[in-house]
Amino acid sequence: MKIDFSKVEAWNGFTPGHWVDNIDVRDFIQKNYTPYDGDASFLAEPTDATKTLWNKVLDLMKQEREAGGVLDMDTKVVSSLVSHGAGYIEKDLEQIVGLQTDKPFKRALMPYGGLNMAVKACSDNGYEVDDEIKHIFTEYRKTHNQGVFDVYTPEMRAARSNKILTGLPDAYGRGRIIGDYRRVALYGVDRLIQDKKAQKDFYTRPMTEEKIRAREEIADQLRALENLKKMAEIYGCDISKPATTAKEAVQALYFGYLGAVKDQNGAAMSIGRTSTFLDIYFTRDIERGILTEEQAQELIDHFIMKLRLVRFARTPEYNSLFSGDPQWVTESIGGVGVDGRHMVTKNSFRYLHTLENLGTSPEPNMTVLWSTRLPQGFKEYAASISIKTSSIQYENDDLMRVTHGDDYAIACCVSSMRVGKEMQFFGARANLAKCLLYAINGGVDEKTGVQVGPKYRPFEGEYLDYKEVIEKYDDMMTWLAGLYVDTLNCIHYMHDKYCYESLQMALHDREVKRYFATGVAGLSVVADSLSAIKYAKVKVIRKDIEIKNKKGEVTGVAKNVAVDYEIEGDFPKYGNNDDRVDDIAVEVLEKFMNKVRQQHCYRNGVPTTSILTITSNVVYGKNTGSTPDGRKLGVPLAPGANPMHGRDTHGAVASLSSVAKLPFTDAQDGISNTFSIIPDALGKDAKVFMGDLDIDSIK
Amino acid sequence: MNGYIHSIESCGTVDGPGIRFVVFVQGCPMRCLYCHNPDTWDFKKDNPMTADEILKQYDNCREFFKNGGITVTGGEPMAQIDFLTELFRKAKAKGIHTCVDTSGATFNRDDTSKVDELMKYTDLIMLDIKHIDDEEHKKLTGRSNKNILDFARYLHENKKELWIRHVVVPGITDKREYLLKLGEFLAGLNNITALDVLPYHDMGKVKYENLGIDYPLKDVEPLSKEKAVEARDIIIEGIRNKHRRDSADK
Repeated sequence: MKIDFSKVEAWNGFTPGHWVDNIDVRDFIQKNYTPYDGDASFLAEPTDATKTLWNKVLDLMKQEREAGGVLDMDTKVVSSLVSHGAGYIEKDLEQIVGLQTDKPFKRALMPYGGLNMAVKACSDNGYEVDDEIKHIFTEYRKTHNQGVFDVYTPEMRAARSNKILTGLPDAYGRGRIIGDYRRVALYGVDRLIQDKKAQKDFYTRPMTEEKIRAREEIADQLRALENLKKMAEIYGCDISKPATTAKEAVQALYFGYLGAVKDQNGAAMSIGRTSTFLDIYFTRDIERGILTEEQAQELIDHFIMKLRLVRFARTPEYNSLFSGDPQWVTESIGGVGVDGRHMVTKNSFRYLHTLENLGTSPEPNMTVLWSTRLPQGFKEYAASISIKTSSIQYENDDLMRVTHGDDYAIACCVSSMRVGKEMQFFGARANLAKCLLYAINGGVDEKTGVQVGPKYRPFEGEYLDYKEVIEKYDDMMTWLAGLYVDTLNCIHYMHDKYCYESLQMALHDREVKRYFATGVAGLSVVADSLSAIKYAKVKVIRKDIEIKNKKGEVTGVAKNVAVDYEIEGDFPKYGNNDDRVDDIAVEVLEKFMNKVRQQHCYRNGVPTTSILTITSNVVYGKNTGSTPDGRKLGVPLAPGANPMHGRDTHGAVASLSSVAKLPFTDAQDGISNTFSIIPDALGKDAKVFMGDLDIDSIK
Repeated sequence: MNGYIHSIESCGTVDGPGIRFVVFVQGCPMRCLYCHNPDTWDFKKDNPMTADEILKQYDNCREFFKNGGITVTGGEPMAQIDFLTELFRKAKAKGIHTCVDTSGATFNRDDTSKVDELMKYTDLIMLDIKHIDDEEHKKLTGRSNKNILDFARYLHENKKELWIRHVVVPGITDKREYLLKLGEFLAGLNNITALDVLPYHDMGKVKYENLGIDYPLKDVEPLSKEKAVEARDIIIEGIRNKHRRDSADK
């Protein structure tokens, strides 16, 4: 599309480029941003309006806590971009406006992912969904959840109910998609509509299934964009045209995001990489003399405040799985450009500064894309805010830039994707520790006695034999990888069909790379178990297990199931930088990933895996019997790629080095290592250790 | 050659500059009342390691130690001086920054040949002066401090970079006169680049319980960081006093 750059007043002062004629936010950023090398001394304190607003929010948060975690829920109106009237904290003070419903902290009703989950989220919190809504979503409108269970095979159901596959997004929104909300500010919605219409025309005869779907999806996207404009109008804003000021840019970008969180109750609703993009508008307004630093900070404070208000209706089980009520409004900050310039701007500081102005908060999840080449002033400021608030996440930009370039962002906690160009099909995880037990027991579940996996020959000896166990494990992983990917194929097919993220996808390119995410749990348990089998002697304890049906009636007996293990001797343990066992962890990961790669993935998804169970490891542990590493039934698995608790005895660096051996290429969706350390172990307090002593100065 | 090792900490942040690979050796001739590593006293030989084995572990995580290096502490590293010298010689050949954390208890001016050799491969010495007063030093550690102070002078003469550590224990080393006296002694050394004043803590207590040894400082309260800073200021005052007196004499 040819655009006369000089005629777009909103773009005055910007450097033109490929981004003018094409939707290309990255190009706009690269041509226009101003790297900032200084320190934090320019930052401004919160304004009175900010303080007043934030105190109101704090008061509401207190009320929410006192009410048991939920202040109010919508039970009658199904959420959409235009379902509610305008809502405010205090209208006259808000620089940036827009709430998910008509009141702060009132949680919206979103049944498209699954009616049962939506109803339960209400009833568990003391609310009752309107009968009419239940009727509509039972009789007339199918949900994602219903679609999935219509097609699940008995094998999938068994794997699910026996918890070898867990946390599957088959009853709720999958999330993990980041719309490029910046496009709303830079181009205005009208231009995006024009662009999408052109995209739709791309799909012409012959009408294959794929093309029909593409046309239908773009039609949905177009409707979503029209609704986005209407949503803004409800707040008296016009976002059809490009933003002309910093304030308009923040507002338009936020409306884009707000539309997404009104449309989807996703497992992670991240915002992207916005700070340096917006800084271009801030810098221009400050140079024009129409914005002061106080006003700039106020805009960011109010924007971040809004992100802190995002809430979803969820069940207590969901919250216990994730240890809280997380939204994963992840914002990615900093990083280095592929041209070598760092991407830290003054706005990167302003975002982190909200943790001082508004106080500490887990949301939005401020994530610094860390590089050794970030400027010193920013490194120091981020470190000081970390010390003060413990609210910053750091991720390795030097590692991810190689794959994703310099305009990617993090969805959820670690899933990296290029904004507006890549998305992810979220895939929960498979329990590799349980898979090892299935290998030993020939597919029989060690807790329920049910034949869940294929009926392979179980291990029959008294002491586990490494070679034989490895072979059996390989076979069982082949089965698990196949079943897992197929289960996810069903889920994502139905999610696209019944709970399509039309607005978020409207803020993507036509051709999107879809990462097909899988995940694993229990890697360190598997590594230690195999190490114990290899380097020590592991004796099998067997027992008969009564198989019960849902009513608790005994329907059969599983004979001689391996339920516990006795270890004779010592063995190398993962987490001590010992190749003998670390190599086992690497090998298991590589093997599993390759088995996933061999599957057919829905919509040509590019398979990835993650090792990320940050809190759910506790629940997974509950569902996993005793393992050959000496871990007992019910004991939590280690989180993510962590060594098992207490087994890393050579200090933090050795522990981290073990984890660092896991290849990113085989766990591209992220490797997490939950690590806490007491401040004193990180070095000496400046007060006690004065470091260099200048003897001459004392003379 | 084998060294006898108590344990290895791969993320040392308080034993020298940067993040350091810290080797705790087994065995110590001193019996300081406040020692928080009583499990390293015994000269037992149940965990032998060669210098190469240790450096292999170091190499596996060397990325972390870019601004740090290796520190040997204990126990008393210089009680295994032949091993220590071999370890540091091999470490220096790899360009690793070397630091020894010592009480100086084994130093003997009559024969410094082995120490001379060790110093060739040592970048930094952290010398822990337990008490400046000899009688009090004997009460606190069971030994005289004469050779220890002499070791400090030796390092001064040989221009080796030196960090001084001093633990401030309420009722034992926190008296003003001792701190001033320590400062006056330090004023005579011009190779000191850091003064690390450590507040006494009782985190070693549980180790005593596990070893079935009576904890000698049961009744002594841990010292606050603030008090340690005050003590440090008094030591510096002592250094300053001495310098002033010296220049007045001239």
